[in-house]
Amino acid sequence: MNAMTAFSGRNTKEMLRDPLNLAFGLGFPVILLLLLTAIQRNIPVDLFQLEQLTPGIAIFGLSFIALFSATLISKDRTTSFLMRLFASPMRSSDYILGYTMPLLPMALVQVLFCYVVAGLLGMRLTLNVLLATLVSLPAAAFFIGIGLLCGSALTDKQVGGICGALLTNLSAWLSGTWFDLDLVGGVFKKIAYALPFAHAVDAGRAALNGDYASIMPHLWWVIGYAVAMLIAAVLVFRAKMQRDNL
Amino acid sequence: MEFSIQANALSKKYGAKYAVDNLTLEIKQGELFALLGVNGAGKTTTIKMLSGLTLPTGGDALLLGDSIVSDAIHAKANNGVSPQETAIARNLSVLENLALMARIYGASAKNAAQQAQEMAEQLGLTEVAKAKAKTLSGGMQRRLSIGMALISNPKILFLDEPTLGLDVIARRELWSVVRRLKGQVTILLTTHYLEEVEALSDRAGVMAKGKLVAIGTVPELIAQTGAKNFEDAFIVLATETEAIA
Repeated sequence: MNAMTAFSGRNTKEMLRDPLNLAFGLGFPVILLLLLTAIQRNIPVDLFQLEQLTPGIAIFGLSFIALFSATLISKDRTTSFLMRLFASPMRSSDYILGYTMPLLPMALVQVLFCYVVAGLLGMRLTLNVLLATLVSLPAAAFFIGIGLLCGSALTDKQVGGICGALLTNLSAWLSGTWFDLDLVGGVFKKIAYALPFAHAVDAGRAALNGDYASIMPHLWWVIGYAVAMLIAAVLVFRAKMQRDNL
Repeated sequence: MEFSIQANALSKKYGAKYAVDNLTLEIKQGELFALLGVNGAGKTTTIKMLSGLTLPTGGDALLLGDSIVSDAIHAKANNGVSPQETAIARNLSVLENLALMARIYGASAKNAAQQAQEMAEQLGLTEVAKAKAKTLSGGMQRRLSIGMALISNPKILFLDEPTLGLDVIARRELWSVVRRLKGQVTILLTTHYLEEVEALSDRAGVMAKGKLVAIGTVPELIAQTGAKNFEDAFIVLATETEAIA
């Protein structure tokens, strides 16, 4: 427990002390929110109303959590830091919890920050904001799982490509945040709803707008993906621990 | 107990190739043992097995009586490892890095902070104690890396090429750190610098193609080969293929 707490504290510091993490994690979603709100004021689009837009931006922002964690873990592997820890009496649960625990509060703060900025821009702040923040937890766990998986399996350069470019684009295009998925329809919409991103955004929108009955049908998808991703990540991480080369 | 490290027929095989072949070795408590060999001789694989980073495919080793195969967690508890590359948390300060390792080995937050302060003083890192590790020079980073291996007061210390890439002054400073540990901590050191072995080691072993081909003090190894100096002796031994009995 002591080892896990110490390791978790170290991971928090490593991530929070990287200015790029703060810029992308908090700054980028806020810039998008400001930009799209300005567009909405000039050319009104239903999709860009704050009540519709903010849950999407919040989920999109979480994709950076995957990038932060994957970058940290892959750097720990490539710089031999993890090798030093593997030679210590730490157990696999210490690593997994130590990497994941700091990310959950960070993700919640990031989502809440998005909603507070939306409030400053004119969105009505009600208790539903807290519910929408809680509803984003499974999506946060899903992105944390992707981070752990990619960090365990890829180099830091590959992580930049997979989590930095591919994942952020996937979560943007397939979430229904930037354009209405009904407008594209067909296979694209089917693919989008077979993945968790659009469901995570729809669950957030339902929570924020008080449509409580619509939350769980979407959230189950996200929970399923989050559990599967976390299990895969833990298995890959443990397999890496037992392998010869980190 | 007389021996800190007892390796018995320790082997590591990758496919059909032995990286370490039937290594049998005993290292006494407080001894500084240098493991030599050309690249690919099996030195790092030996350290990785002994420090619990990779499992042997054959044989076993006891570290202070604990098996690295069947009781790895206990075997690891008394070790410190300084890997070949500098292994530090880059965004943490010197003190935070040291305290982190102390806590991972069981110290409370308060004790860890105190131990970190003491270790920074011992290693001459007090001036940079609050600086982030990534801002330190290569020599200072290596010193911190060794400090992180020492903070838990290990009984056995594995130093894998600790002075690789350091300038002469930084190397000599590290030598003095290692000298201070002699007698108190059992040290297994791998290095390519033969003068390092002559200056620091009590005994040395030479590995070639995964086998331990010679073992003894530096004068014994020179005498064994009839060479004029240690470098000549090493060249003769490093090209041996027959393991010692």
